[in-house]
Amino acid sequence: MYKQGIYTVMSNRRIAADVYRMVLSGDTQYLDRPGQFINIKLSGLYLRRPISVCDWDKETITIIYKVVGEGTARMAAMTGGEELDVLTGLGNGFETDFTKLLPEAGIRKSPEGNFVFPDGRQVTAAVVGGGVGVPPLYALSRKLLSEGVRVIAVLGFNQEDQIFGYRDFAELGVPVCLTTVDGSVGVKGFVTDALKNFEYDFYFTCGPEPMLRAVWNLGKERGVEGLLSFEARMGCGFGACMGCSCETIAGPKRICVEGPVMKSGEVLL
Amino acid sequence: MDMRVTLSGWTLDNPVIPASGTYGFGYEFHQFYDINMLGSIALKGTTKDPRYGNPLPRIAECREGLINAIGLQNPGVEKVISEELPRLKTVFHKKAIANISGFSIEDYVYTASRFDQEEQIGILEINISCPNVHGGGMAFGQKAEAAAEVCRAVKAACKKPVYMKLSPNVTSVAEIAKACEEAGADGIVLINTMLGMRIEPRTGKPIVSTKAAGFSGPAVKPVAVRMVYEVYEAVKCPIIGVGGIETADDVIEMMSAGAAAVEVGAANLVDPYACKKIIEELPEKMAAYGIERLSDITGRAHH
Repeated sequence: MYKQGIYTVMSNRRIAADVYRMVLSGDTQYLDRPGQFINIKLSGLYLRRPISVCDWDKETITIIYKVVGEGTARMAAMTGGEELDVLTGLGNGFETDFTKLLPEAGIRKSPEGNFVFPDGRQVTAAVVGGGVGVPPLYALSRKLLSEGVRVIAVLGFNQEDQIFGYRDFAELGVPVCLTTVDGSVGVKGFVTDALKNFEYDFYFTCGPEPMLRAVWNLGKERGVEGLLSFEARMGCGFGACMGCSCETIAGPKRICVEGPVMKSGEVLL
Repeated sequence: MDMRVTLSGWTLDNPVIPASGTYGFGYEFHQFYDINMLGSIALKGTTKDPRYGNPLPRIAECREGLINAIGLQNPGVEKVISEELPRLKTVFHKKAIANISGFSIEDYVYTASRFDQEEQIGILEINISCPNVHGGGMAFGQKAEAAAEVCRAVKAACKKPVYMKLSPNVTSVAEIAKACEEAGADGIVLINTMLGMRIEPRTGKPIVSTKAAGFSGPAVKPVAVRMVYEVYEAVKCPIIGVGGIETADDVIEMMSAGAAAVEVGAANLVDPYACKKIIEELPEKMAAYGIERLSDITGRAHH
């Protein structure tokens, strides 16, 4: 369900090079899954800005965004108290019910409330993020943990001054492996250079398309399925304009409505 | 106060119609408000066969508008009739306007004839002005003879009113409108998007995949008003005015230029409540300007 509303900027601070964390207060009842996004109207700019939701509670929405153009630059200059016209509840978000994600695997809930395979082994999910693809994986990780899934995180950045957010994952109790392209912190290289050393039953990934493709290819080699969250230039963000449609095995899908999260078995990369 | 308008014998509660391509097949918007308040809905452009459309990116923002290069993505007329119309019917109880595109005269006739059988459709809007496809679309709308030929063929095959949707990317839109009317058109819809382009300053490359694409939004309104004004002088059939409408004042301006009804396009993409707000604002503006019956103001700029 979509909803338009007025939200107040509670805080907005820089957390890495060109990356900001903004907390908005307002009606959050239309957000129901991690991986959804909101679409923000900024005065003087014609189209809204779609930004993925990092986290939310009853009164607030947290977004983490990178300054990439005029709109995000204006957002970065906000100091708090500003009122924004925002559409919420957009996008499908991540499914976290493993009986639906892997229907053939015989996964069930154990008496302890964990998702387990028929042999009793707990399901392990890898959450794999790159840059500003990391934020939606935070609320996702918390949700997965609450559903009784083991979670490991592999988070990739270009270089040290762009790193953010990994401590939040660690605080949830999620083991985090960092990668940087220049090797300044963690494993040198791309997320897949680290991910290939881990065992996991399923992956959830969000980040730039070359990264999604690499994670997807690694999954194909290993016979592991996953969910991938895409981004695109959007017109409306709620399915009216077809501006963000991508081709899939199951026909054209709108990244804003049937996505941004797509199944590894349906995407064409 | 009376907001009703009549298009070829079909009376609409008000003149506000979401424009094709900015409202999907209508269903998405019922999540925001009760869409039965609309005059009607112009459905997403439909072709004989399913089309994916153009590669991404398809959208680039402009000052006071956007350019789009969707390329007529649609599931094809059979699926529109078997899936989209029944789904729309669950949330919209009025007749809709089918928007029809093609790559040959036979295509247009085929798709129009399929919609002609549907009780849910009030008008066949023939799109000979899509700038985003090759070998069809706008090609038929750039020459008076070609436009008239499409119009004549569809008229011969269909019973419902046929409205020709015209391109602004021509030397004389009035001439093309006149040729369509002579070929039997029951009405004229204008304008479709203007051909535009955006180039990313950092890379120096066009932003959308097709390079040039259709420009719409409030920036094009003066062009649309001028073209509606010109066409009103050239034809007797009703005109649906489209281009940059965002407010009740815009509706009144467009109707004064000669429009019997209006379509609201780009505004829907930015504000999903745009049409609702316009419809709610119209009575206030009518009262302020002493307009008793909205249909009376059509073409008043000419007198």
